[in-house]
Amino acid sequence: MVSFIGRRLCQALFVLLIISVVSFIIQDNLGDPVRQMVGQSVSLQERAALQQELGLNDPLLQQYGRFLMGALQGDLGMSYYYKQPTLDVIVSRLPATLELSFCALLLVIILATPLGVIAAIHPKSLLSRAVLFISTLGLSIPIFIVAVFLMYFFAIEWRVLPSFGRGETTSFLGLWQTGLFNQDGLRHLLLPSFSLAFVLTPIFIRLIRAEMQDVLQSDFIRYAWSKGISAPRIYFLHALKNTMLPVITVGGIQAGTLVAYTILTESIFQWPGMGLLFMEAVTRVDVPLISAYLMVVGVIFVVTNTLVDVVYSMVNPRVRIPGYSA
Amino acid sequence: MSLLSVNGLSVKFRQRHQDLVALHDVSFSLDRGERIAIVGESGAGKSVLGYALVNLLMKPGFIDAGSVQFDGRELTKLSPKQWQGIRGKKIAMIFQDPMVTLNPVLTIGAQMIEAIRSHTRIAYKDARKLAIEKLAHVRISAPSQRFDQYPHELSGGMRQRVIIAIALLLNPEIIIADEPTTALDVTIQAEILQLLKQICADNGVALILITHDFGVVSRIAERTFVMYAGRIVEQGPTLEIINDPQHPYTQGLLNALPQMALPGQRLNQIKGNMPPLNDQPSGCAFHPRCPYAEERCRQNPPGFVYSGVSTVACYVVEDMLSEFSQHDGDDSYE
Amino acid sequence: MSLLHRPHVSPEHVTRVRHLLMAIRGDKLALFALLIFVFYCLVALLAPLLSPYDVNSTDFMDLENAELAPYWQTGDSRFLLGTDTQGRDLLSVILYGTRLSLTIGVCAVLIQVLLGVSIGLLSGYIGGRLDAFLMRVADIQLSFSTMMVAIVVLAIFQTMFGNAAYQQLAMLMLILVLGIAEWPIFARTVRACVFAEKEKEYVDAARILGVSKLHIMLRHILPNTVSPILVILTIQIANAIVAEAALSFLGLGMPPSQPSLGALISSGFNYLFSGAWWISVFPSVTLILLIFVMNLLGDWLRDHLNPQEIRG
Repeated sequence: MVSFIGRRLCQALFVLLIISVVSFIIQDNLGDPVRQMVGQSVSLQERAALQQELGLNDPLLQQYGRFLMGALQGDLGMSYYYKQPTLDVIVSRLPATLELSFCALLLVIILATPLGVIAAIHPKSLLSRAVLFISTLGLSIPIFIVAVFLMYFFAIEWRVLPSFGRGETTSFLGLWQTGLFNQDGLRHLLLPSFSLAFVLTPIFIRLIRAEMQDVLQSDFIRYAWSKGISAPRIYFLHALKNTMLPVITVGGIQAGTLVAYTILTESIFQWPGMGLLFMEAVTRVDVPLISAYLMVVGVIFVVTNTLVDVVYSMVNPRVRIPGYSA
Repeated sequence: MSLLSVNGLSVKFRQRHQDLVALHDVSFSLDRGERIAIVGESGAGKSVLGYALVNLLMKPGFIDAGSVQFDGRELTKLSPKQWQGIRGKKIAMIFQDPMVTLNPVLTIGAQMIEAIRSHTRIAYKDARKLAIEKLAHVRISAPSQRFDQYPHELSGGMRQRVIIAIALLLNPEIIIADEPTTALDVTIQAEILQLLKQICADNGVALILITHDFGVVSRIAERTFVMYAGRIVEQGPTLEIINDPQHPYTQGLLNALPQMALPGQRLNQIKGNMPPLNDQPSGCAFHPRCPYAEERCRQNPPGFVYSGVSTVACYVVEDMLSEFSQHDGDDSYE
Repeated sequence: MSLLHRPHVSPEHVTRVRHLLMAIRGDKLALFALLIFVFYCLVALLAPLLSPYDVNSTDFMDLENAELAPYWQTGDSRFLLGTDTQGRDLLSVILYGTRLSLTIGVCAVLIQVLLGVSIGLLSGYIGGRLDAFLMRVADIQLSFSTMMVAIVVLAIFQTMFGNAAYQQLAMLMLILVLGIAEWPIFARTVRACVFAEKEKEYVDAARILGVSKLHIMLRHILPNTVSPILVILTIQIANAIVAEAALSFLGLGMPPSQPSLGALISSGFNYLFSGAWWISVFPSVTLILLIFVMNLLGDWLRDHLNPQEIRG
């Protein structure tokens, strides 16, 4: 158990190290800090002097060391475009992305759980065949098509919902600009989070169904039947509780997919979150921002994955963790 | 009138081309407070029989024909709702492996309380009291502490005690125990069996013990049913069957017991294996493994005859009996 | 001896194929999906013959014909599905786009198979530390989703090369990124297969007879991994096509001058709001239908080739 957590932490550190190397290489090869600082109009000599001063002529390893130390202290460089520390820019966009992901996941749970359970309980019934068919269809519609057509109908044709942006936000406890507490913000949230949920729900319906079917075969479920317990209690307490653990783990591993999907969703709805920021940085060739985004997302990601694994292994020591069965 | 009477019960497994028969025309009865055993190798259909009695066959299994009467009520025609009132309340079950029988994510207490409150309207406090009482009854130490623990915090023997306690919660009429000690350590097996027997005797609960082990049977059951390939092949009082087995299969099973082998000798296993469901032999299902098999054994299955000791389905025994009655007293068998 | 040297496929494999053919005839939905998929493949192969216009000729683009609605709205029989903003015949562009999308998907998955199978065989057959290491790497790579890796990597390349140069390389880059990112899926499956197969008697027998390891792997074990690979293959191609479309939509994939289905949809969206719905709707439907039938086929194959995975 302890050795598992230890191994998992080592792996997390190793991955973070690789991410930092990649970020460093990007910054080192693509950016030209001197030109950013002084512009084009400076003599070659002055440029060389500045280069020396900034330590750009030092050995690569030394430069990487400096980069890593900076990163550990929260210094990920200055954004070319915003003229601000990149971390500040990213952190200011974090709430928007988190709120979007949170609402989408909430929708997914509300939709996928009952449908997945129904499809597992009576696999041959017309309803569960329909659920399965529709979820396969949903799986086949790329998120950007969903998003654009939702936007087209709800925002352009019928004009019932706003088409882009985050709308009005309020300050929550002074450290979080939130759109959750007023109507305008919530209305803006609806289309993007629904688009995200639309593509994630089929994945989870199928996942919950498969896991649940497995659980329903187990002895303890048959034993529960033999006790004369009601069917809803068996399905929604005995079986679902055992289903959710592996589902959450796989869900945690899908965090990367979620990040990718937020990039797409945010670009379409001009949602001012981290994903949009990243795509803007790419178009503006804002190299420090790209590299910082990579670091931030990498950290969020490794932390979530590691946490999910460790928590899972603690909650449920008797089940082996998918993907870690070497 | 007997408490439970099973008549011509047959169970099939639905297959694409042809349904497989798992139970052929099984009949037996059980009186109030009686303890019976159903014995056979794995694959003999004894567990299927146990599940069929409480209508818990896994798909694609289904009851094809026959009747199960409990206290004068026909069970095979009950609705799911009516079944709910029978299971746990009138007929309780004990499963083979206590490690996988209890739900791993619910506490012992939760699993006991739900069993009680699914059948009786009773306050949580009283249900809890009852549950802890029963835990003490099956000799679990510190029962109120165990009540709040999860299954994985308990040993296998402990869990089987918990399961026995759950079975007792609502004072059922019958307990069906499917290999209740097979998954346990040998040292604990005797304890659990003794507990089961005593509890049934004390409370007047009838017991159907499903097992492959004749050693277990002798200690508990008053009557024994030997099953082979989905059929009952011999039935009668346990002691008589053990002392004077009639059917070649019963003889083989008893011979295979470790205590029957002489030191330094190999165990006397029956040659061959139980036939799989999709490849059942014609005639008497045991004939490919039977040392006395003849041509007619391959043709038609034998009917039941009463040997004076037990009821047996075997041509050899049948012949012997008729010879016996002709020569009157001439013991040509053995 | 001669028996051992023949690959261990027949007669199991022959009957398996026959069994599949028999089974699909009984399943109308799967049969329907298969027919549509075959139709797509034919269209992709024969696009140059089927398309009403040659997309590579200089007079293919004619701004005079820009944004014409489909035939049943305009009565203009030259352009069955209308034209896009550059006056290109939409039907021709969609035919070529399908060809391009399928090509990218298939090529990417070929790389996945190549990498996955060789790493899986190696990992499974040699085992030990190498296996532990490779599988750990696979875990890590899988934990980053392909889409995220692809977005980041392609964005970086785009910044590195600049937009113009990147467009030249787009197809190659897409195939490489999508191909390299998902090898672990195949590697894991093949490895599991090797582990199961390694224990069997015929492998032991071959080893005792002194047949070389490479020979055992390629001739005896590899054929047995075919059906699990086939199961993943369809779904993986579908995934690669969707990923390519999404990347093109973000401007990280195929350029508008060389449109895949994704790039077509993406450029069509700009005109959706001005009323030229056909430019985005037709390619969208084409793409969704393709992915849908591939997913249906993939599910069906999984149910019929992996009996141990059937649940319920």
